[in-house]
Amino acid sequence: MTASRKLLICGGVILAAFGMLYGVEYALVTEHQTLEHMGGSLAQSFTAAAGHDAARSKAALHEYGETKYDYVREVDAHSHWIGLAMLMIVLGVIFDRVHFGEGIRQGIAVVLLMGSVLFPLAVLLQTYHHGALVLKALAVVGPGLVIAGLTATAWGLARRESAA
Amino acid sequence: MPATVTTLPGKTDSATLSAMSARRLYIFAGIGLITCGLLFGDIFAVFILHQNAGRQGEALIAACRAVAAGDAAAVNQAFSHLGDLLEDRGTKVDAHVHMIGAGYLALMLGLIQPYVAFSRKAKKSLAVLFVAGAILLPVGIFLIHYVGLADSPFAVIGWASVLADSSGGLLIVVLVVTAWGFIQYLGSGQITEPELPEEDSMPRRALLTGGTILVLLGFLHGAYYAGTQLYEHERQETAILQRMIDAASTGNLDAATAEVNSFGGLAGARAVNIAAHSHVIEFGLLAMLLSFVQPFVFLSEEWKRRWVKVLLGGSVILPVFVLLELKLGLLAGGIADIGGLMVVVSLVGMLVGIVRYTGSLDTAEGAR
Repeated sequence: MTASRKLLICGGVILAAFGMLYGVEYALVTEHQTLEHMGGSLAQSFTAAAGHDAARSKAALHEYGETKYDYVREVDAHSHWIGLAMLMIVLGVIFDRVHFGEGIRQGIAVVLLMGSVLFPLAVLLQTYHHGALVLKALAVVGPGLVIAGLTATAWGLARRESAA
Repeated sequence: MPATVTTLPGKTDSATLSAMSARRLYIFAGIGLITCGLLFGDIFAVFILHQNAGRQGEALIAACRAVAAGDAAAVNQAFSHLGDLLEDRGTKVDAHVHMIGAGYLALMLGLIQPYVAFSRKAKKSLAVLFVAGAILLPVGIFLIHYVGLADSPFAVIGWASVLADSSGGLLIVVLVVTAWGFIQYLGSGQITEPELPEEDSMPRRALLTGGTILVLLGFLHGAYYAGTQLYEHERQETAILQRMIDAASTGNLDAATAEVNSFGGLAGARAVNIAAHSHVIEFGLLAMLLSFVQPFVFLSEEWKRRWVKVLLGGSVILPVFVLLELKLGLLAGGIADIGGLMVVVSLVGMLVGIVRYTGSLDTAEGAR
């Protein structure tokens, strides 16, 4: 088995296990509390408005927005890590059909794996620093790497064997 | 049967997909789980999704009325009902997603079996554990809404959650052990069973190329949505809610209802973009995975091509018409459901082909 295939399959299996581990930990420790907090904040916002307390209503709605911002990213990180891991494993199995030299294939594999780790990580880190430009940029770079890697893979698959 | 059927299994083939082997179990379970997950998703979309969204709007309007009347207890009652509706919807979406996800993993584990350096018996045991976890995980998630916290010793986690989390844990254990087996293979370099047969057929090429293109399109759409609409949608959500509360506080229920409708429209816009993005990638992956099992689909070349076309057609129709739901409404939703059914039908068609292959394989083995 070539090094590029090893990298993709091994990296994919580890990333899938990590993504699942994060998902179980999140479901057990954080998710229920987050959902309670999110629903509670929104209900509190309306309850405060019913009691004519506009300031408390606004603060509770802000709290709801912040919690939902975190929740969406936490769930997205989990699903994207596992989804990208599965893509890495599948690509690992077919990577010998990508008609480039092994050096280029290794480069593509590294790019794909880096993007797959970086993208959900940057999304997750946004929950600690809301709106941080660097993290937003990394969340763009991550999928950019995966798209570049996938484009190169599709190109390699479409090339004739003799062109490698 | 025309002369162009997949070749009858020989001795090498029987080792590639032998009876009661881990690979056979993973492939059957994988296709079965994906088919059930897609079917469940279609039923959910037709009978529950839109009705649930309508009831969420009604609950929000009830909350606005309670705010206008200054009745805090009625607000809490409306939100309790809303939470119930969201849990109902969320657990069904999660059951659908996790069943399909586990199916993909099963197919992938089937592919990498030659590179897992364990005995046949150990690999079979791992496969049985994986399939048990893969079935119990979506069942547990589905039951969360109905079981709730009944007889649970925990404050916020019910028995159905415990079942779902334990099943997820089981899948992790199988994955970690499989990774260990793969690492051992890397050390020895010896494959433990024959690799999948090489086949340069039209169905295989079409699935591989079509799948890669679908995944790429899904990534491009996801990146476009995240770059142009995601943050704006998040900002709009709290802005609409604020306007809704302000209107209800001043007793302007018409304006509050209009904001509830805007909120529903925004939720719909987010949902269709995310659904289109995830489905096109999932179908791309599915096409790529199914390209590997084509040598085991014991059907005529013509039927194999037919199922591939139906699968790729459904894989394009579903996400495109999910996106068009915002403009065309329920008509597009209906066409999207037909796209999903096309994928299900093609999967069943391929599964029938694999069952025929393994049947002939087992018969040939018995004759020897």
